[in-house]
Amino acid sequence: MSYIPHTEVERQQMLAAIGVTTIEDLFEAVPASHRFPKLDLPPAMSEMEIAAEMQALAEANEHGGDFAMFRGAGAYHHFIPSVVNHILLRGEFYTAYTPYQPEVSQGTLQSVYEYQSMMCALTGMDAANASHYDGATSLAEAVTMALQVTRGKRDKIILSHAIHPQYREVVRTYHQGRDIRIVGDEGTANANALIDMIDDSTAMVAVGYPNFFGQIEDFSALADAVHAKGAVLVMVVNPMMLALYKSPGELGADIVVGEGQALGIPLSYGGPYLGFFATRTQYVRKIAGRIIGETVDMDGKRAYVMTLRPREQDIRREKASSNICTNQGLMALAASVYLALMGRNGLRKVAELNYHKAHYAADQIDRIDGYKVQRNLPFFNEFIVKCLKPVEEINTALLDEGIIGGYDLGQDYPHLKDHMLLAVTEVNTRSEIDTLVEVLKRLS
Amino acid sequence: MVMIAENEPVVLEPLIYDLSVPGRVGVNLPDSDVPETALPSELLRDDLRLPEVSELQVVRHFLNLSQLNHAIDKGFYPLGSCTMKYNPKINEDMARLPGFALQHPLADEGGSQGALALMHQLQEWLAEISGFEAVSLAPAAGAQGEFAGILMIRNYHLDRGDTARKIILVPNSAHGTNPATVTMAGFDAVELPSDDKGDVDLDALKQVCAEKGDQIAGMMITVPSTLGLFEEHILEVVEIVQGVGGLMYMDGANMNALMGQVKPGELGFDVMHYNLHKTFSTPHGGGGPGSGPVGVGDKLKPYLPGPIVHIVEEATDEEPPLYGLMMPEKSIGRLKAFHGNFGMHVRAYAYIRAYGADGLRDVSRHAVLNANYVRAQLIDTYRIPYPRYCGHEFVLEGRVEGVDDIHALDISKRLMDYGIHPPTNYFPLIVREALLIEPTETETKETLDGFIDAMKKIAEEARTQPELLHEAPHSAPVKRLDEVRAAKELVLCCKPALSDAGD
Repeated sequence: MSYIPHTEVERQQMLAAIGVTTIEDLFEAVPASHRFPKLDLPPAMSEMEIAAEMQALAEANEHGGDFAMFRGAGAYHHFIPSVVNHILLRGEFYTAYTPYQPEVSQGTLQSVYEYQSMMCALTGMDAANASHYDGATSLAEAVTMALQVTRGKRDKIILSHAIHPQYREVVRTYHQGRDIRIVGDEGTANANALIDMIDDSTAMVAVGYPNFFGQIEDFSALADAVHAKGAVLVMVVNPMMLALYKSPGELGADIVVGEGQALGIPLSYGGPYLGFFATRTQYVRKIAGRIIGETVDMDGKRAYVMTLRPREQDIRREKASSNICTNQGLMALAASVYLALMGRNGLRKVAELNYHKAHYAADQIDRIDGYKVQRNLPFFNEFIVKCLKPVEEINTALLDEGIIGGYDLGQDYPHLKDHMLLAVTEVNTRSEIDTLVEVLKRLS
Repeated sequence: MVMIAENEPVVLEPLIYDLSVPGRVGVNLPDSDVPETALPSELLRDDLRLPEVSELQVVRHFLNLSQLNHAIDKGFYPLGSCTMKYNPKINEDMARLPGFALQHPLADEGGSQGALALMHQLQEWLAEISGFEAVSLAPAAGAQGEFAGILMIRNYHLDRGDTARKIILVPNSAHGTNPATVTMAGFDAVELPSDDKGDVDLDALKQVCAEKGDQIAGMMITVPSTLGLFEEHILEVVEIVQGVGGLMYMDGANMNALMGQVKPGELGFDVMHYNLHKTFSTPHGGGGPGSGPVGVGDKLKPYLPGPIVHIVEEATDEEPPLYGLMMPEKSIGRLKAFHGNFGMHVRAYAYIRAYGADGLRDVSRHAVLNANYVRAQLIDTYRIPYPRYCGHEFVLEGRVEGVDDIHALDISKRLMDYGIHPPTNYFPLIVREALLIEPTETETKETLDGFIDAMKKIAEEARTQPELLHEAPHSAPVKRLDEVRAAKELVLCCKPALSDAGD
């Protein structure tokens, strides 16, 4: 019976102790008319059979193990050191639950505290929470916080069009029940053009760093304009880039959110990922979700505990600002282990490899007649290529050569028809890049 | 020799930052195989405060930390409302198959047929298990599933021009997520009392429906309730609320009691969420990731959060079906980027495969058997409210007759000394000194007997040596914590100085 340990003898002993004759007797409160329905599911399988069936399903995918991957657009194929997976597979971590009982959860609590510390270091913020579901929901929660910080008196949320299209969709899903205006992404306004939209009703302005197109915009004028109006500046960031580039804190961000998948978490067809959320000290008490703080036990031993609990749904109920409880704890652990292994020098080296390889690829592509890399703004590891042919056609040809090509930007941005978003990371070898360039050349 | 400075607290394991020595790296990285491009110096930082440690230091650090946790793999974890059942190892292996783990979420649908087939199958199985028309796997956790469900109810009413419905009814035994969800979706939560049997107070329900029927958008209810009780009048509750035009939301957190016993869709529910990390054995991970698919009946099917997987071309004799992603016609929208916590879908698929129909029915049968067994064995030692059989969990009052100052918290902490994770304490809020106990079906009778013995011994200790309980735990890595200090001083991250840069 798979994972159920009971023998018939034990079942009988237990039923006798309860004082019933069959297990079915315990379901007497279920309306008899609806009790014990038929379940139309396939019969049980042995472990061997399950593995064989699922292996076949897995192999039906075209994935980063078999193909050279140049697709990013919010999810990146990076190298993950072996240690990360070994730690994640420790049953002490992955079969524990939320650390409600801190005395027997110090492992989880301290590792999340270290995660918070390292995310603060990356973002240049003062505090980070224990995680959200992903980058998109972190941004949605930032909207809630910005509305609270501006005391519910402001109703305008400005989103750059150059934030991930799916993130902007999620913001709209989250806030459809609220009386607020979400604007800014109707056209193609860049960071400086967003300034004109800021007024006294503006609660927050959100921009991407890098933006969805991989570009690094200049936010100096925007940050001043946002703060002059008493609004909140939110940056949606790629944490890998922060190993190299100025921190959002230095650039004037008040809230930093983003997708932590690049930090040791596999692509896994879109999840589970890691939404991170960091902010400045003055807003700490408005953060949604769990936060770990340091304290001591009765003997003065250093220890960690979930703190600022009265903000949360299980205590505050209908007055809580978010219903989040389970978050992405194990993914935060993955990021902790990854960041600890990489450390200051390793992460910088990985980021530099991304930078050099992406720029090498861009330079090679620029030499092909008919292809043009957009270079009006600096980029990190992802860039726009204007193509000679429809992206779909190019990607079909690339697939034949064992390459998963870039993301078709025309899907989300009509003015970018025939534009491809290419991501190049440390895992892409020179020969993969050269093959990519060869195929593009053939299609020119 | 370990040097401990005066006033410095003793530490169990140093922070990773405290192990740092400038120049160390924990991973061996390749050099660049392409010509280098000049870095844009004006855009760069020089203040990256990350630790510098070796690979072995990292391994030891996290292994040492892991030893400070209680976990299902170590011992009994009867944490009520969380369903801490065994997390099968094969599930982990399956989620790590390269074809799943290295699949890009924006890969072409034609190249994602394995992942899409798995998701489609899981949608179908979950719909069958709960008697619903359709399922979306998009929600990342139970709370997000709840949010999706309430948004669907909202948009259903709005689409019909029914704009006055602002109220969602929530019993006072509900999980805190329920009222928080209601507020997030822009509704007002109206709390319903429970009767002395632990069920929804039918008179109160009838009254509010009579008075405010045209303002009621729906009701959220957990079945079995958070008291572990199967609502005896569930059909009547559904009928009353739907009778005034409201929709019924079932919080599926306690689905572990119901598989093969009753289908919520057949009871008349319009929508419910599943917790794959409870019922379907995906690991809790120290606080996630979870996965909270939603199932719906006919009315709400067009509103499901997307994307969902559908069949683009039916199977032929030679070819399997062609699967694709789609947004339902009137979808409430996207809840997260991409398609839900796919890694959890893989694990849940492996789990359902391992049991099949009869096995899943047995899961719920044994979950309920285990809970009732423990309940029956403790009924003479502790006060257990509501004299009736329980579902997969039950609540007892964490106090001992004749001893005034023993609380649920003391009993919880003392259980740690017996190697057992405490039950959920002080929830549900409507039971005094509540201890919510959920053994799950994967525990042996010996484990349950060990727990029963421990609970009896603790009751005895409460009478003879109450200080043992007040000061518990004695054998955990730390004693009770100064939580007030944590909230007051708010040390939320360590701020390491840069070791070799001028800061």
